[in-house]
Amino acid sequence: MVKRIDCKNLYYRHLNKIIQDEAESGETEFILDNLNGQRYLGTGINKAVNITVNGTPGSDCAVFMNGPTLTINGNAQDMIANTMNMGKITVHGNVGDVVGYGMRGGKLFIKGDVGYRAGIHMKEYKSQIPVIISGGTARDFLGEYMAGGIFILLGIGSDSEIITGDYLGTGMHGGVIYIRGDVENDTLGKEVKKLDIDEEDRRILRQYLTEYSQDFGFDVDEIMSKSFIKLLPLSSRPYENLYVY
Amino acid sequence: MASIPPEFKVSIDSARCRKCGICVNNCSFGALEFGDDRVIPDDSKCVACYRCVSKCPDNAITITNYQWANRGNANWTPETTSNIQKQAEFGGILLSGMGNPRPHKIIWDHLLIDACQVTNPSIDPLREPMELRTYLGKKPDNLEFVENKEGEIELATELQPQVKLDVPVVFAAMSYGAVSLNAHKALAMAAKKSGTLMNTGEGGLHEDLYQYSDNIMVQVASGRFGVHNEYLNTCSMIEIKIGQGAKPGIGGHLPGEKVGEEISKTRMIPSGTDVLSPAPHHDIYSIEDLSQLIYALKEATNYEKPVGVKISAVHNVAAIASGVVRAGADVLTIDGYRGGSGASPMVIRDNVGIPIELALATVDQRLRDEGIRNRASILCAGSIRSSADIAKAVALGADAVVIGTAALIAMGCSVCQRCYTGNCAWGIATQKPELVKRLDPETAAQKLTNLLSGWSFELKEILGSLGVNSIESLRGNRERLRGYELDEKTLELLGIKSAGVGQ
Repeated sequence: MVKRIDCKNLYYRHLNKIIQDEAESGETEFILDNLNGQRYLGTGINKAVNITVNGTPGSDCAVFMNGPTLTINGNAQDMIANTMNMGKITVHGNVGDVVGYGMRGGKLFIKGDVGYRAGIHMKEYKSQIPVIISGGTARDFLGEYMAGGIFILLGIGSDSEIITGDYLGTGMHGGVIYIRGDVENDTLGKEVKKLDIDEEDRRILRQYLTEYSQDFGFDVDEIMSKSFIKLLPLSSRPYENLYVY
Repeated sequence: MASIPPEFKVSIDSARCRKCGICVNNCSFGALEFGDDRVIPDDSKCVACYRCVSKCPDNAITITNYQWANRGNANWTPETTSNIQKQAEFGGILLSGMGNPRPHKIIWDHLLIDACQVTNPSIDPLREPMELRTYLGKKPDNLEFVENKEGEIELATELQPQVKLDVPVVFAAMSYGAVSLNAHKALAMAAKKSGTLMNTGEGGLHEDLYQYSDNIMVQVASGRFGVHNEYLNTCSMIEIKIGQGAKPGIGGHLPGEKVGEEISKTRMIPSGTDVLSPAPHHDIYSIEDLSQLIYALKEATNYEKPVGVKISAVHNVAAIASGVVRAGADVLTIDGYRGGSGASPMVIRDNVGIPIELALATVDQRLRDEGIRNRASILCAGSIRSSADIAKAVALGADAVVIGTAALIAMGCSVCQRCYTGNCAWGIATQKPELVKRLDPETAAQKLTNLLSGWSFELKEILGSLGVNSIESLRGNRERLRGYELDEKTLELLGIKSAGVGQ
């Protein structure tokens, strides 16, 4: 069975409660029509359910999310995947600012662009590695304070050669950012270094981009045909010498 | 640090010393060693933690302030000059531990409590019931009742989740990382025994403590370390940390060398990396954003737990508190400028923020004036030192108080203020296994429980002398306080009369 909900004029708390209760009693497939700005979609479920969204989820979509798979046929607002733990989100559109803040696991695949401060303070622990892929461009402060995880920015269909903003990876001290094409050195945060990718990087990229391409109907070989660079932190101890004891 | 004169002088009484070596083994700062068949102190390394003094079987060790010749200069004090020398030597930010130690006036000590005489009899707490129980959480604006079929009156108002405290004292947020796992265990065990809460701080919750979930407040700070579904649901309430009294507007860094395997697992970040908690939450830039996070947490926990917000006492604290309560916080923690910290830039700790007494009084008044005081409980933090401080805080409007330093002292801390070094000789603010094992969680928990028990007896005595039989009756009852040696403006802000003024 598929639970189909018309979300028009439905308050977020009521909507989420319906989904949480249905999921609790065993429902695994949800289709949400006319979703328009309701917050915290996918939160408080802790199960591997599938939720298809026709519309635009509100801010903090998938905050603390722990298991569900969200397919969003539309754009998403700010702070999607905030402190997300497990699950997967595919967004067939663009997303707002502060994407994947403190994200600690799961996947966030975005067909289009991300706003300011994407991937901020993502972190990883052992095998739990969050992955964000954006097919478009990013604004300033991409990967700020990043402590772990993988961010891949593709710039598919971008008119400009430069697909990132300023202050790339400011405060970054873990994880990796892959960028298709190149970045200008004067946009790098002072805590990161730019490197060419190696074979292991290509393997990682192909692994995640194959899944990403399948989700959005891209050709993975075409995506991989263009060169990539990667950004790594200069140190996992960026502020080691800041203090006097 | 050769050019910097030592702060302390260690003297060994050779006539008493039997050269057993206990002091050498106990000094975690490397200030004592054996050589030439005697204990040789290195004054420059001593922090006056008194571990050696307390362990010496012969009472042979004396620690004194290093005596500077009195040059009569009250401006360029030894502390000021040695700080400059340290920075000249190494550059960087001066780090400090615990709360602001400066000799500013302590307002608590200038507040005096009323008592009954003759016409309004006092109550003997040893003979009559005395209620210290407090509930933290949002209280309804009004109560509605309905009559059921049997003709009985029932409450119709839906109540918000509440946390019951048997004593109006909770343990302050101190993260696993800043303090040891044994310290965290002791706090959790004592919270359970005493019917109150310990606060995890922002470093996650070790699995060993999951069993104490009913007595745990979990904290969510900007770094979001160890914040996952299990964490949010293994507690009786959640606190969003915005500010801390020791470092308002400043984030925290747990240095990589403290991030061992267990801390790495609890915070869920790789071992050895710096753990950065930047000052702002990246999803909070307005009261509306704060509200969004409060309700995100409620959504993640099925609206079953109160969600609090901790702010530091800054100049505009009353207006900020109003916004925080309007954003939906069920509990508001205000941390005054004497609040402690495992590590804080000294310049911030000693110069930023305002006294908790003024912050508490103005916040309570503001919320009353706006008619929203019932929407949030107030926790008062920032150097609560005794049951008298608690009674005064409650009279100024607090629902309960928060103790950090006092709890550490109960566990053995001697306030040497070197928490940030990771060398705590008492096994509290350290992650070194050989030091951590010095703190027995059971013993420390018993001491904490004893402290709360003692304070509870004293609070009951205070309430009894006031002629009231519950802490509720003292709450916000400023008529029962008088100010002594306080200026007019301070009295006005505190909302109390001068000592000597009757009704």
